[in-house]
Amino acid sequence: MAKTDTPLLDELEKGKWPSFVKDMKQAAQKNPMAEDLLGQLELSYKEKIGHWKHGGIVGVKGYGSGVIGRYSDRPDLFPNVQAFHTMRVNHPTGWFYKTDALRNLCDIWDKHGSGLTNMHGATGDVILLGTKTDQLQPCFNDLSDAGFDLGGSGSALRTPSACVGPGRCEWACVDSLDICYNLTMTYQGQMHRPMFPYKFKIKVSACPNDCVASIARSDFSIIGTWKGNIRIDQKEVTAYAASDLDIQKEVCDLCPTKCMEWDGKVLKIQDADCNRCMHCINLMSKALRPGKEKGATILVGGKAPIVQGALLSWVIVPFIKLEPPYTELKNLIERIQDWWDEHGKSRERLGELINRLGMRVFLRAVGLPAVPQMVKAPRTNPYVFFWPEEIQKEVK
Amino acid sequence: MAKTDIGPPDYKTMLPPVIKRNYGKWLYHEILKPGVLMHISESGEALYTVRAGSPRLISTDHIREICDMADKYCDGYLRFTSRHNIEFLLDDKEKVEPLIAELATRKYPVGGTGHSISNIVHTQGWVHCHTPATDASGPVKALMDEIYDYFVTSTLPAHVRIALACCLNMCGAVHCSDIAILGIHRTVPKTDNSRVPNLCEIPSTVASCPTGAIRGDMKNKTVTVNDEKCMYCGNCYTVCPAMPIADPENDGISIWVGGKVSNARSAPKFSKLAIPFLPNNPPRWPEVVDAVKNIIEVYASNAKKHERMGEWIERVGWERFFSLTKIPFTDKHIDDFDMASETFRTSTQFKWG
Repeated sequence: MAKTDTPLLDELEKGKWPSFVKDMKQAAQKNPMAEDLLGQLELSYKEKIGHWKHGGIVGVKGYGSGVIGRYSDRPDLFPNVQAFHTMRVNHPTGWFYKTDALRNLCDIWDKHGSGLTNMHGATGDVILLGTKTDQLQPCFNDLSDAGFDLGGSGSALRTPSACVGPGRCEWACVDSLDICYNLTMTYQGQMHRPMFPYKFKIKVSACPNDCVASIARSDFSIIGTWKGNIRIDQKEVTAYAASDLDIQKEVCDLCPTKCMEWDGKVLKIQDADCNRCMHCINLMSKALRPGKEKGATILVGGKAPIVQGALLSWVIVPFIKLEPPYTELKNLIERIQDWWDEHGKSRERLGELINRLGMRVFLRAVGLPAVPQMVKAPRTNPYVFFWPEEIQKEVK
Repeated sequence: MAKTDIGPPDYKTMLPPVIKRNYGKWLYHEILKPGVLMHISESGEALYTVRAGSPRLISTDHIREICDMADKYCDGYLRFTSRHNIEFLLDDKEKVEPLIAELATRKYPVGGTGHSISNIVHTQGWVHCHTPATDASGPVKALMDEIYDYFVTSTLPAHVRIALACCLNMCGAVHCSDIAILGIHRTVPKTDNSRVPNLCEIPSTVASCPTGAIRGDMKNKTVTVNDEKCMYCGNCYTVCPAMPIADPENDGISIWVGGKVSNARSAPKFSKLAIPFLPNNPPRWPEVVDAVKNIIEVYASNAKKHERMGEWIERVGWERFFSLTKIPFTDKHIDDFDMASETFRTSTQFKWG
């Protein structure tokens, strides 16, 4: 048993849901860092306050990111977590693993760190939770030998992430896994050497269900979609009609555009009115499939509140075909990053910069045409700017 | 010297053979029961997925235990989901029930599919963060214990996505969740003027404040805070360690509801404030657990089938949400940040509650 007395945390070993305290105690039995982490957490539970200081600059050779420095503010009580830095390890795209790779990670982390992890962090990385400064480089060396690399942190491209996509989903309109992996490999320099005004996140969802929340959490959101008609298998529609599903009530009545008609025999869709929300396809996966012309919508600017308020990403390209080597996509990403890098203030996210300088200025700078798909409605105020060349010059 | 910039392992080397053979050819799927998916390919092949819950903060020995089961039932292939669940990937239907039986003996909950409450996306909290206003793993564990049945069944009107962030930085990006649990401070930072000159860059500290409450004091190489303009976000402390903001008696948790990210039916939307403050009461945060349970139960008994939390609230109206949940409406619910007036009612169309 662990030697630390933890009456408050012990309460969280009770109950049906798997307990993180059990995992911490398991690690504490063989690791002094985990033991002191448990002790410090118990102190936080007692005092209702955190006990970590700001991180200093720590890392591995050649990289400016991937390691988050962390120090205890009570090293007198918990000397083994005096330095307790996190390493972010870039997960295999889609969070797919073979067990030998995972066991390798575990062995490396038992050798160099606390033996505690997050599977996974919010951005998607494997989080190796806490080690000493002198273990960072040896740990990285072993990770690299095992075929793993660090993810992004600070004012860098953060580890891109993707939904399961064509790996296991019939709704995938783009190859989210391949796009994510390709961008990750292309932009290794941007991830490991922070050089932007602030963080930059890319997330790829293969359909509008957006399972990686790219619209809310990424500066550059790639969301799969299609053109053309939803493919209908009327035989399977009939089978659904004979099941528990009430097609009129649950499918047609909940369609946001009311583009579906069901007469009890045949399901009809006015595809020109469809906004591809996925509701009917989600409910009738055997009978309805996305249209055949597949691609993605590109949106930018999504972020959490700090500093100027939370934003959902805005549509800037309604439809783009995405096939390897994704040249058009990469050119767009780079044009956007160049503009942001040139005009952005320190700690200003892309969405905040577009808000400050105007979507009109942004679109012109990155060479995208204005189209009605970009707005919910045209402006209601008369404060309209015109470009100089749109104004008739004075006749002399 | 270790090789740099090799990137993550190629995901293609981690895919089970049944996925490699049917990549991009999936035709449809069925949820056989809570936590069990069956995907059928155009080739006729089937892939079975068994989804199990995890505390996210897990030990290497726990990972090895997961690997042992994946070796035994899945030829060594598994994945994790964007909500921290473990997914065992099987091509043999005969192995599904034995795997579930072993998961049950090892006390792994199986579920999180369909109209359920999946795992709670959350942050580090007191375990490993320097700016938290609450813990993350603790409140999540306490809440999941209480709403466990919603994970292992599929009985709600629609799925309910819960997320927790332990401060406004929102590493968990909780701001578009059906229910968001957000750690907040309620007192102004205590500027340590003796440490600011050595530790902080004054322009970036000034720029960090969303409401412009911080001014540079160049003469003394420090900053001053206009207390009346401060809404305690803690972003100044993120950039300037000499402005600590944590306050054990006044820090706590706020509850937000009605957000979503999916485009299904209604557009993605932000969560809105339901409860401005609940106390930090470790180890089990009973006030938070009760408040979230109440919201879930009122939603479950009032929403129509397929209606997400936010869609239900928009249909019945926020005034009715507050009367049904018996949550007091206060002046804190009325926005006073940028664009606040966009949320003020500009019609006579409302309900009496």
